[in-house]
Amino acid sequence: MGCRCSDSFNRNRLSAILSEYQGKSGGLIPVLQKAQNVYGYLSEDVMLKIADGLEIKPSVVYGVATFYTQFRFSPVGEHIIRACHGTACHVSGAENITRVMTDKLGGLEPGGTTADMKFTLDKVACLGCCSLAPVVMIDNDVYGRLNEARVEEILALYR
Amino acid sequence: MQKARIIVGLGSCGIASGGKKVYEQLQQGIVSRGLDLAIEETGCIGMCYNEVLVDVILPAGKTTYKQVIPEMADRILDEHIVEGRIISEWTITQEDEVCLDRQQRIVLRNCGKISPESIDEYMEQGGYRAIEKVIKGMSPEMVVDEITLSGLRGRGGAGFPTGVKWGFANKSIGDKKYFICNADEGDPGAFMDRSVLEGDPHSIIEGMLIGGYAIGANHGYIYVRAEYPLAIKRLKIAIEQARTHGFIGQGICGSDFSFELEIKEGAGAFVCGEETALIASIEGSRGMPRLRPPFPAISGLYGKPTNINNVETLANIPWIILNGADGYASFGTEKSKGTKVFALAGKIQRGGLVEVPMGMSLREVIFDIGGGIAGTGKHEFKAVQLGGPSGGCIPSSLLDTPVDYDSINQTGAIMGSGGMVVMDNTTCMVDIARFFLNFTQNESCGKCTFCRIGTRRMLEILERIVAGNGLEGDIELLEDLAQNIRRTSLCGLGQTAPNPVLTTLKYFKSEYESHIKQRRCPAKACKELISFAIIDERCKGCGLCIKVCPCGAITGEKKKLHVLDVDKCVRCGQCVAKCKLEAIIKVDRW
Repeated sequence: MGCRCSDSFNRNRLSAILSEYQGKSGGLIPVLQKAQNVYGYLSEDVMLKIADGLEIKPSVVYGVATFYTQFRFSPVGEHIIRACHGTACHVSGAENITRVMTDKLGGLEPGGTTADMKFTLDKVACLGCCSLAPVVMIDNDVYGRLNEARVEEILALYR
Repeated sequence: MQKARIIVGLGSCGIASGGKKVYEQLQQGIVSRGLDLAIEETGCIGMCYNEVLVDVILPAGKTTYKQVIPEMADRILDEHIVEGRIISEWTITQEDEVCLDRQQRIVLRNCGKISPESIDEYMEQGGYRAIEKVIKGMSPEMVVDEITLSGLRGRGGAGFPTGVKWGFANKSIGDKKYFICNADEGDPGAFMDRSVLEGDPHSIIEGMLIGGYAIGANHGYIYVRAEYPLAIKRLKIAIEQARTHGFIGQGICGSDFSFELEIKEGAGAFVCGEETALIASIEGSRGMPRLRPPFPAISGLYGKPTNINNVETLANIPWIILNGADGYASFGTEKSKGTKVFALAGKIQRGGLVEVPMGMSLREVIFDIGGGIAGTGKHEFKAVQLGGPSGGCIPSSLLDTPVDYDSINQTGAIMGSGGMVVMDNTTCMVDIARFFLNFTQNESCGKCTFCRIGTRRMLEILERIVAGNGLEGDIELLEDLAQNIRRTSLCGLGQTAPNPVLTTLKYFKSEYESHIKQRRCPAKACKELISFAIIDERCKGCGLCIKVCPCGAITGEKKKLHVLDVDKCVRCGQCVAKCKLEAIIKVDRW
């Protein structure tokens, strides 16, 4: 999956997003969020178009985008795995779960994406499901009370 | 008489435990049997350790089934609904009920009881009667006074009196004012706000309406973190329903009070829990705190007077209005009134959410309600971490400390948002300090030098200690850095970042010393300081460890003693988890 911003359908969608927020205060973050929903990540090209559309400096767009952990600057896999490393997960063995995940995904380190663009693996601070620790979220689904053996089981649902 | 119905717990915890499948299975079963039975969903009642919870409500009474899986659905319908026999081995136990009985549920009054997607059910419980009472019979100043009298203090962590805060915003002059709900719950280990948002979103909306009326704001924002998709979904539904019923928009309850409400999705930055950073984020900038004064009550969002309250604080408001300030102040201690919700997690038997009157002791919360340490009694309580990255670890000798703002502060921890992560003797306190410093170091916005660089240096020191490379003088260096970061940071994040290190140094200094002087981790948790060994007498040669070992470090024939090669071993611990005979143990490496 390369950059899809030249795709005319998607280009129109960016224009639509921009027109919704032009001239409004506080629009930059929602625009970045919606753009990321369309493209999967924020390419330089997309950020430049956003700067242009909202009439702000590209450095401001880049500064805001890189400040928040939600934004990504390289293509992501079809499924995003968020391995929780909150306090409760940490004391319940989150490190082991993530390491097994790395093993099962051919050595994929947190922050990376598999070569077939199927999975992106992220470590996150806390998903707020602490009583089910250790927890992993794949796309919008939460899997709790994990152990090393269950990792492959839940990955298989998405393979 | 209530109609017969089944209610399935579908908060995030219920869904993660397979609640949706249970719901579908029950729904199919009801249709195929042609039963006259409604099926509904509800939020989290707090017994997360028992999810999926299913309530069966018949004219004869209510029965709660615990740890329900889809395969149990048919029997529940056939035996309980059709034949009228309760399946007693699947219901919650008396112990579970005692845990609920010891609680005082004000914030969580509707969680796990009503459908969060139904405004009618909220209104049946007295919902939106508080805003009506306020609009029809109270002046804004009367509302401020009532909240001040109740003694309610901000539940986000700092504990500032809510009524006093509202009073500032009420007196502040501006052509437009804003009311913000801070739902950017970021403390690792805390999830009460998520549960309230998912389980009772209308109570937050009503709390904001009352607050908006009290300070004279007509525009509100709910700033929710993007990691909570279900909370966002249910809030959106609730806002639409409130609008349709005339509680949001122009001329609320036939008055000239109007209120608009929007959701802002946070983009992921812990520092945005700080109010000036949150405001910057809503304005579309980097979420960096600024110097106060001016306080947001004078100059907040877009330079206008602004009030910010946390989710749990707001959920209290309608209850206080309906039951009176005295009713609220009858719970709690002299300086900490009312109740507090705690999120019990970590090595605890009954993890979940509990709401108790302020002043209950930590021991009662953790042992009487939470059931003590998880497992079969092999491990013992070591510490409870309170207040997230700004808080600290409280040892067992202080378990009789009452939970109120001032007593908790005296221990060196803080109440924070109410996350309680329980730790047993397998948790290394130096590693916990490292864990939190890693977090704050990552989340520091970078504005203040000591927070930006000082936390980094503290983290590096802690990293070398847990790796067995600690130096003489490291403890003093950590203490020195901690004091300086505390003194020279602008916002709460930096000012409290050293707390996890300071409290672990205060109560568990010997663990630091073992790491540094003997290269030993007493909890046997730090990977660089342990190795694994097979106990000959216990190993039966089953081969399970060989199968699970990722690096071929264990060898041996079936039914013969296995051998572990420490040079090949990466100390992942999978073999320990797998071995049923406890034949593989952790030993000191050096």
